[in-house]
Amino acid sequence: MNYEDLRQFADSWGLLFMALLWLGFALWTFRPGAGRHHDDAAQMIFRDEEPGRTNTDTSEVRGNIKGDFDNG
Amino acid sequence: MNTLVWKAGGWLVLAALAFMAMALAADGGFAVHMGIIMAACLIGLWVTVSKADYGAIARGIINTPVDQGVYDDDPIRWSVIATLFWGMAGFAAGLYIALQLAFPALNLGSEYTTFGRLRPLHTSAVIFAFGGNALIATSFYVVQRTCRARLAFPGLARFVFWGYQLFIVLAATGYLLGITAGKEYAEPEWYVDIWLTIVWVSYAAVFIGTIAKRSEPHIYVANWFFLAFILTVAMLHLVNGLAMPVSLLGAKSYSAFSGVQDALTQWWYGHNAVGFFLTAGFLGMMYYFVPKQAERPVYSYRLSIIHFWSLIFLYIWAGPHHLHYTALPDWAQTLGMVFSIVLWMPSWGGMINGLMTLNGAWEKIRTDPIIRMMVIALAFYGMSTFEGPMMSIKAVNSLSHYTDWTIGHVHSGALGWNGMITFACLYYLVPRLWGRQRLYSLRMVNWHFWLATFGIVLYAAAMWVAGIMQGLMWREYGADGYLVNSFTEVVTAMFPMYLIRALGGLMYLAGAIIMVYNVWMTIAGKQRDEKSMTETPHNVDADKPIVAQPAE
Repeated sequence: MNYEDLRQFADSWGLLFMALLWLGFALWTFRPGAGRHHDDAAQMIFRDEEPGRTNTDTSEVRGNIKGDFDNG
Repeated sequence: MNTLVWKAGGWLVLAALAFMAMALAADGGFAVHMGIIMAACLIGLWVTVSKADYGAIARGIINTPVDQGVYDDDPIRWSVIATLFWGMAGFAAGLYIALQLAFPALNLGSEYTTFGRLRPLHTSAVIFAFGGNALIATSFYVVQRTCRARLAFPGLARFVFWGYQLFIVLAATGYLLGITAGKEYAEPEWYVDIWLTIVWVSYAAVFIGTIAKRSEPHIYVANWFFLAFILTVAMLHLVNGLAMPVSLLGAKSYSAFSGVQDALTQWWYGHNAVGFFLTAGFLGMMYYFVPKQAERPVYSYRLSIIHFWSLIFLYIWAGPHHLHYTALPDWAQTLGMVFSIVLWMPSWGGMINGLMTLNGAWEKIRTDPIIRMMVIALAFYGMSTFEGPMMSIKAVNSLSHYTDWTIGHVHSGALGWNGMITFACLYYLVPRLWGRQRLYSLRMVNWHFWLATFGIVLYAAAMWVAGIMQGLMWREYGADGYLVNSFTEVVTAMFPMYLIRALGGLMYLAGAIIMVYNVWMTIAGKQRDEKSMTETPHNVDADKPIVAQPAE
């Protein structure tokens, strides 16, 4: 494959393939039901702040430090 | 005990190999580097022997199982401190070379302190050492929190941190010694490149491994950006680093490409280092820490996904705009220009997404200096992603290229976007990582904010004036077709702008020094006694009913 062939492939089929791929990814976010999924995903980072779900390491570390203070 | 012996022996063998390479080195620079590697191995040996838990070994305990219910934050804490350390080094080097441009006597007449050697030291220290450590810290923090899983491969994660610091030391000392591959942002020579490849593949393994063991079914969008950053930087580094060493025990190598192919490969690398290291990686920070600090979800999750795919698909083609009016084929230049202009849209989509996350909480800009830093970071992200496409237009580039306008553009992006978002994330992280109730001082964050902001404004404004003046003076022709200005005249004309730029850099550095003090005191567990950032006014005199007064 020489330079000319490669270049022609790049600005025809290659370009079309990349454009369709991008369009597919972009349109996929508009599929029915995506909104609910997106809302859930956006809220996900706050779940570790809800008490009682699971303990995060921050509370662990704080506990240790409190212990250090208590010891003197 | 057996493993300990093997480990210690391994360090010793590596140190011996490095010593042999040092003794047989083809040039002095390579010998110094092998000496540094030997020293690193001996430190490794010392740590292995002195920090081993001999009591546990004697009791026959081979491995204490780690608690999977706790996040692995040690490498993150180290990276936060390394970010601050290299940041100070990088900012100070930047201020020094800015002063060198104004006062050439500061080159000190020594080859080791010339502008040509200190400049790559500055750029690599701020981009790869300051920015890189910030990315390691935040990516390891975010991937654990959003996957609700402890970091995969804890030993490898520690290797990533220490290996990356060794890479930084080798790169930085190499520049001072005059070892360079001569490619911008890819100056380290072949053996340092190989080392970085090993470290980077380990980084990818830890990150992907953590995603693979996640408890949350969905991979949060910040991780998409971090993953794109890690994988693309690996690809860029491998291709642009292809080179043939002159000797196996010498520093010098020659690129696998030559001529315009080499230039295009280099700027495909260079621009995507901006696009994926300094943009995608830092957007990963933005998509986690801005919603967290604002305490509200990202404005539009759908937009964040479209932002991601558009950025990934477009950025990779924009590199040729660094080679306008060169031997690069015209179509390739135009391609780079068009993709750069199209990039404006996803960039602004992302900026709007970040800013609108504050929708309904705008008062936080007044009351929370960390949010204020995030907002100014996003504003500079928007500004420099507008300026960049504009400068990639050939007609504009014919004026701006090779002038200080480019330097101003880079710094509004680096100081404004990367620096400010990093500072904000560090201020968010430090109390949490060290288990402190709050930062030592919020008012000091405010001081940092204003010093840094005024510093950037002085810097960028000075470089706009300097760059446009420089460009106009360079291409000014007289009636008889001769250039009107000599090069020296242009340099002399820029002296005041160089001073203003150095002042801007000094202010930025001063803000960072305040940050180091603030973080230091926070880690020490102190809290500054200070007035709170906001007070709701209460007028006692007006706080009573109105009684009707008889007319007089």
